[in-house]
Formats: sequence, structure tokens, C-alpha cells
Amino acid sequence: MILDSDAAQKADTLGSPHREDPDLLAIRDLSIEIRSGDRIVRPVSNVSLRLRRGETLGVVGESGSGKSMTGLAIMGMLPAGGIVTSGSITMDGKELIGMPESDYRAVRGNDIAMVFQDSLSALNPTRRIGDQVAEPILLHLGGSKRAARQRAEEVLALVGLPRPSEKMNDYPHQLSGGMRQRVMIAMALACEPRVVIADEPTTALDATIQAQILDLLNDLKSQLGMAMILVSHDIGVIAGHADRVAVMYSGRVAETGLTPTLFGDMRHRYTQSLLASIPTITHDKADELFSIPGSPPDLAMPQVGCPFAPRCAAATDLCHEAAPGLTLEAAGHSYSCWHPATGPSAPMRSRIATATATIAGPEATPRLSVRNLVREYPVGGSTLFGGRKTVKAVSGVSFDVAAGETFGLVGESGCGKSSLGRMIVALDRPSSGEVLLAGDSVTRMGSRELGRRRAELQMMFQDPLASLNPRMRIETILREPLDIQNIDTRGQRAIRVRHLLDQVGLPAGVMERYPHELSGGQRQRVGLARALALNPLVLVADEPVSALDVSVRSQVLNLMRRTQHELGLSSVVISHDLAVVRYLADRVGVMYLGKLVEVGTCDEVYSTPAHPYTAGLLAAVADTDPLAADRENGTAVRGDLPSAITPPSGCRFRTRCSQASELCAVVEPPLESISGTHQVACHFPLVPKQIASPTTT
Amino acid sequence: MSNTMEAPVKVAPLRKKMRGLRAYPLGLIGLLTLLVLAGFCFLGPYLYPTDQTYVNLVDAALPPSGEHRLGTDANGFDTLGRLMKGGQVSLQIGLLAAITATVVGTLYGTIAGLARGVLDGAMMRLVDIFLSVPFLFVVLILSARFTASTVSLGLIIGAFSWLVPSRLVRGEVLSLRVREFVLAARVMGASRPRLILRHLIPNALGVIIVNITFQVADAILIVATLGFLGFGLSYPATDWGGQLSGGATYISDGYWWLVYPVGGCIIATVLALNLLGDALREVFGRQNS
Repeated sequence: MILDSDAAQKADTLGSPHREDPDLLAIRDLSIEIRSGDRIVRPVSNVSLRLRRGETLGVVGESGSGKSMTGLAIMGMLPAGGIVTSGSITMDGKELIGMPESDYRAVRGNDIAMVFQDSLSALNPTRRIGDQVAEPILLHLGGSKRAARQRAEEVLALVGLPRPSEKMNDYPHQLSGGMRQRVMIAMALACEPRVVIADEPTTALDATIQAQILDLLNDLKSQLGMAMILVSHDIGVIAGHADRVAVMYSGRVAETGLTPTLFGDMRHRYTQSLLASIPTITHDKADELFSIPGSPPDLAMPQVGCPFAPRCAAATDLCHEAAPGLTLEAAGHSYSCWHPATGPSAPMRSRIATATATIAGPEATPRLSVRNLVREYPVGGSTLFGGRKTVKAVSGVSFDVAAGETFGLVGESGCGKSSLGRMIVALDRPSSGEVLLAGDSVTRMGSRELGRRRAELQMMFQDPLASLNPRMRIETILREPLDIQNIDTRGQRAIRVRHLLDQVGLPAGVMERYPHELSGGQRQRVGLARALALNPLVLVADEPVSALDVSVRSQVLNLMRRTQHELGLSSVVISHDLAVVRYLADRVGVMYLGKLVEVGTCDEVYSTPAHPYTAGLLAAVADTDPLAADRENGTAVRGDLPSAITPPSGCRFRTRCSQASELCAVVEPPLESISGTHQVACHFPLVPKQIASPTTT
Repeated sequence: MSNTMEAPVKVAPLRKKMRGLRAYPLGLIGLLTLLVLAGFCFLGPYLYPTDQTYVNLVDAALPPSGEHRLGTDANGFDTLGRLMKGGQVSLQIGLLAAITATVVGTLYGTIAGLARGVLDGAMMRLVDIFLSVPFLFVVLILSARFTASTVSLGLIIGAFSWLVPSRLVRGEVLSLRVREFVLAARVMGASRPRLILRHLIPNALGVIIVNITFQVADAILIVATLGFLGFGLSYPATDWGGQLSGGATYISDGYWWLVYPVGGCIIATVLALNLLGDALREVFGRQNS
């Protein structure tokens, strides 16, 4: 049955006597326009959402799906030029749209509060955090300054800030990212609001910290009896913490339903495709990720038909002509799709032979060899009498990568993985140790030889827009490596550029364009093509997909996996995302504070982690796996990353490890084998040493 | 791929930025004023030919009339014609000085920013030293020693004006050199000259172009100052500053046509350049973010 949203609403509340409104917050047919100059963008069209008392509504969507704009509309804080063109937002039956600003101010922060994404820019750097948390209390509840500060201290204790009475006097920059996010949450909760809107509350945080913050939000929600709208691009975050989920695409709600229903038995084709395109740590590597072709539509263009139709495999003429209405599947589950799916799509077997573990055994020299690499950066000015402080970014890392092998490096921000990547491609010189390329020391090469050999060591960067010169056309960008290395004649270079574009699946038409005219996925394809232009022996990819939209990531991941196999490249893939590394890499190294704590094949490390840190990371990620069966996190990593200027003695992980003993503080554990390919640096590994793990193939 | 691929837009980013100027009416007014002034100075003499070589004391200091639209000066030169001739010199010197300053400053700043460390420190301290020298005195002494010509004045002013652009460009390069596309070029094995010419300067161009407009305005004011102080070009060549100084002598005699037109020209030129520069800065600032 097809219903308009009002009817759907009625049908859903049927049975409740006297039509009592059970919703705390109701958004009906909300449409928003943003005007700048003669351009009109419609970030939200006809969105209806409801939030019940005490529940968490997850709103998931890619950038530009309208999810954040919906949150801002509830707060009455649309950006300049933004207006609500139709629809209503009611809180407890009270209409918020069109409410005078002075009345709205009483609602904001008091009834509805917001937790922002970037805690460093959302907190005032010149004021003590205690005063910042006390501010909304003074504004909304009145009372004395002293009482407000006392209340602020209570709230800070509530959000788990250690020693709140001391920390009250700290400035935001003195706190870690995780702690700042706790302060942000304290600010939002200070007046005990009934609705909290958390807009990407953990996107700027590391996996282990993210898990802590999400659990905190969950606990506080039930403790204080609030309702929460959790906005995120990360399906995992939503799946792990929302009761109900709304999937948004191109300014519309594609599908709404209870979390298990939505992820286990979805109807909308977009929900289905999106879920199939995300790599998880339990993903079978023999299966290829689903790729959603193209990129999300331009919201400045008028939309006809289903917005997902141009990218949908099931689309028919009907989808291109008419926008689908809302269909009610069961209580609380509704979707807008002409050709609904029946649950998740079947996995696709990869065309790539997975037997890549044919890494030649007794090969003489590895393709790439990293030997005891150390990099220390001086910080601050030198003190007068020596004793200069240094950041120990990388502290003695060694590993080998064989021909045709992909080595993954995972770790949280600040663990030194990017510094390591830069040293491998000779963008930075190590303080000691060396990098060997096919047996030759890159570190000791003279500048002339290095200039020539650079062709063999190429890099793919994180941000595809920042890594392409904005003043060059794509053709010039792709020809540049050939020009620099003086390879081929002019005519042959032009042919090679065409071939490269073909290889990464871009039409020849893009040659004439500038980087800003391409979509994010296309740009990253150009980035890969440029790295391949010189036929390198080793490719270092630093966070190759983390700047891309979720639905575009799998295109690039599949492309990378295919080219790796076709070209027999040796690659080093650096990422904070365990699932990305698992999808691309054969072997993986886990880094913590400048050191490798565990190395092994993907299967070994992911199924039988031997280091407590690896286990903690995996638990933090499993917690946000949309399809994970159990959500226990007994092995969660506590606390914050210690300073890299004064790393802990002995084992660097001991300050956050549940198994640490005195031995760990005194003796640094060396990287030791626990099976043929699996090594761990831990005194008390989770897998006993010298016993091969059974899952190794 | 996506269907946005079909109609390739072939607009160079720079040209697109110039189009962006449309949104700034004041900048457009500035640009038009400059074009009109340039047309007046360089094309005007063909439409309104006058004798600017021989002194004609019989016709000295005549008020505006049908024959002399803006009257004549103390030497009997037609004021309107002289305004055109002086304007040519002022604009030429201004442009030459600005180009010299920008080219030198850009290269200097790029090299310093890219080198960093000791070389950068030494180069920038040199800039500090030059900036602390009272520039006007040096120029006065130099122009007393050498006969001033359009080219020499332009070069001398340029030689003292490159300091500000060099600082600006260095700052820009410091932020550009760590951008990923510069790292990407280094990974390919690009040489320093290539990095500077292909990657750094093209991306600092916005800052440089905006600065040129202010440089031209400054140089025209300096030329006017020098001319006013009597250290400008040697007779019979003249510039707006020299004319203004000549006119100012007779201001108490009521010879207004010797003062206001040339003063107005100087103000209009400098104002127009500043309006254009401000608008360009907005355009580049907006599109870079």
C-alpha cells in the first residue's frame, strides 16, 4: 500500500486512544532551500521524521544527504540564506517553525541541545571549560554563578571527565580530543534537555575513543531519560547505537525502520546497495564489494523521479519519471521505492583469484624492506643547554614486503603510520635506519640517483582534491610524471595517458577538465592513475579512501584491489580503518605509538589477535559492525593515547592495557614469532607463543 | 560514468575568477575607470594633437577656451594635452615598477619559502634590513645622481617595492609547499625549478595578481611625489606629479585648471586600482575557500 506521509503517520499511531501524540519531536514534510546569489540548493525535501520519548533515532546518509541540515533546522540555526519553505517541526505539540527568535533561544540548549562534531572549533579556546559548561546553566536556569559552576562540575563528573574540579580550570587545548568531546556533551546536557542532537559526535575521534564516547552517550541517555537524534555518515555507529534508523539520500528519507529490520531486511535499493558496499572486518575476502556507480546528484538541479534512480541497478523508466511515494511495510518500517528489495543482496564472488598467498617462499630479496626505521621530530625551540624535546613519531620499525604483496599498516592517529609512509617514498629522511628498495638503500642514495629511482616508489594520497594541482588539467597532471622522468616521446605519452584513464575506468573526456570539476571518486581515480603512470614497483597508499563518500569508497577499493593484482604491485596500504586494510592487504602490521605491536597475515591478526591492543581495536570496530551478532566489548581499550614526546617506559601500551604488570613497565617486549608468519610484541600475548593459530591457511 | 561528463566546461580557473568579478560592481567600476584613463592617455593625443615640445610664452596661463579646452600652463603648453603626456609617463612608470617588484618579489619569496632553514632566514632578514631604510631619501639621492628617465625611474621604484610581495609570496609558499599536490610532484622526482614554476607560482598567482594592482597604485603615487619634489623627469618630459607641482605654484593666482584636473587624474587612477584590487582579493578569497 502506498500512502502519503500523513496517512502513514496516522496508520502508525492507530490503536493509541484519543490520538494522543506519542512523539516528543515530529518533523512533517520539511523542505529547506539555501539561496546564495542566483543559485538555489534544496538540501532537504519533504522529510518526515518522528522521535519518541527515550529513544535514539539514527539518521544516516552521505555528505549532502540533508542529515545535518535537518538537525540544524530543528535547532533553528540554518546557515545564511537557508529558509524552511514548507513543513513543520513540533516539539511536544508546540510548533517550532516560525517561532520568534527570542522564544527559540529559550528552547535551544534548554529543551533541545546539540553535540557538534569538531570539539576543538566548537569550544571557545580563550575560556576555561568550567565556565563554558556553566554558561548554558546561567542562561537557562539562572541562579548564582557559584551554583552554576557547581552544577557544571557535577555534569563534567557525569560525562566521565577525570578530576573534574581540577579540569574545570583547563582550557580546551589542554584536553585530548576524547576529553573535549566529553566536555561538549557536558555542555549539551547541562540543562537536562529532553532532546539531544548529536551531529557526527565521534567522526573526529579514533576507534577506541569513539567506542567510549558512544557508550557514554547511550548510558547518559537512559540515565537522564532523554531522546537522542544521532546523525552520522557511519552506518556502523548508527547500527550499534540507534533504536530506529532513517536512511537519507539526496535530501529525502529513503527508508525508516527499527535498526535490526532496516539492516537485516531492508526494502530500499539504496539501503541495500550501501550496506553491500561497505567493507567490514568479517567480510569474506573472496567476495567483491558492491560498487554503486556514479555519485550523488547535484542538489541545485531540479529532481525528477527517484533521486537514486541514475545509480540504481533495478531502476526502470517509472523510477526516472515519478518519485516513489512512501510505502508502509510494517509498523514503523516505511520506504520510498518503486521496486523494493527483499533484504540484503547476495554476496558477489570476486573475479580476482584469491590465492594471492603464493608469495614466493625463498625469494632472495624482498621488494621493499624497512629496517629499524626511527624518526624523531624536534618540538619547540632548542633549550639553551641541550635537552631538546623530540616527538618520537616512529621508533624502530622493521618489515618486509614481497613482490606482488600488499602490506597493511593500521593504527590510530598519532601512531606514526603516515610518517612511516613518507619515509618509505623518501619524502622524509629517517633519523636512523633505512629503507631498501629491491635491496638498494633508498636512504643512502644521492639526490640524482634518488630522482631517477623515485619512479619505482610512488604514493597515493588521502585527499584527492588537495593532491591534484588545481591549476592543471587532468591530462597535464597525468603526463607530468612521464615528463619529469623523461619517459617516451610526446606522442607516446599522450597514448599512455589515455591508457591510464582507461585502466582506472575514467572516460577520455576528463582529460580537458580541472580537478575541481570532477567528483571525489573520479579525483581519487586520477590520483591512482598518476601513481601508476611510472609503473612503480612499490605503491604507498596513505588513507586512500577516507576522504571519500561511503557509496564511492567501494568503487575505489575494488579498483585498487584489481590493479594490485593485475600489475603485480607491491603496496603498503596505510589506514586507520581496519576493514579497509583487511579488504586490500595480504599481511597487516598494527602500530601503536611509533612501534609495530603485531604483524601477521590478515586472517591471523583479525581472527586471532595476539596483542591486547589489536584485540581492543577489533572490539571497538566490531561494536559498530552493522551485521555483527554480539556487541560485547570486554576488551575495550581504556583511556587516551599517551604523549609521543615522553612515551611510557617498557611496553608503550601498558598504560591502557588491562593485562599490564610490573614487567611491562620495565622491559620492553620485542617483536617475537608466535607462528611462522605471526609476530607480536607483548609479554602476555592472547595467543600462546610457538603455537600456530588454527585458522591460518 | 556519471552523466555530468558529457558537456565539458573548458573554463580555465583564472578566467573563471575574472568572470567572478561581475559580482563586485565597485571592482568593475575600477576596471572601467582604468581602461578609460589608459585610453585617454595613450589614444587621446591622436584625437587631440597638441604641441608639447616648444615653449610658447605668448599663450602662457590662458584659462580654458575653445582652442585650449583646459587652458594652458605657465610655459604655454596645452594643459589637456600635457595631462595625456604626463599620464602616459605616470602609468608606464607605475606598471614597470609594479612588474619589476612583482617578478623579483615572487621569485625571491618562492625561493626563500621553499628553502626554509638558514637560507630562508638570511633572505628574509635582508628584506627586513631593506624595509628599514628610508626609501624616499635613497631615491632622491639616486635621482639626483642619475638623469631620470621613464625606465630608470620605473626600475628604481621597482627595486624598492619588491619587499612586500616577497613577504606575501613566501607566506603563501610556506602553506603550499606542504600541500599534497606538491608532495606528489616531489614523489615523481620533480626538480626545484619545476616545483616553483609549475606548482607553487601558479597557485600563488591569486595573491600576486591582487598585489600587482596595489603596487601600481603605490608606484604612481611615488612618481607623483618625486615629480612634486622636483626630482621627476627632466624637462620637457613630464608626469602628473611634475604637473601638479608646477600648477601648485600658481594656486593663489586662481589658475585652477593647472591643479584640479591633474590632481583628479591621480586620485582617480589610484582609487580605481584599489577598488579593482579589493574586488580581486574577494574573488580569489572566495573561490579558494
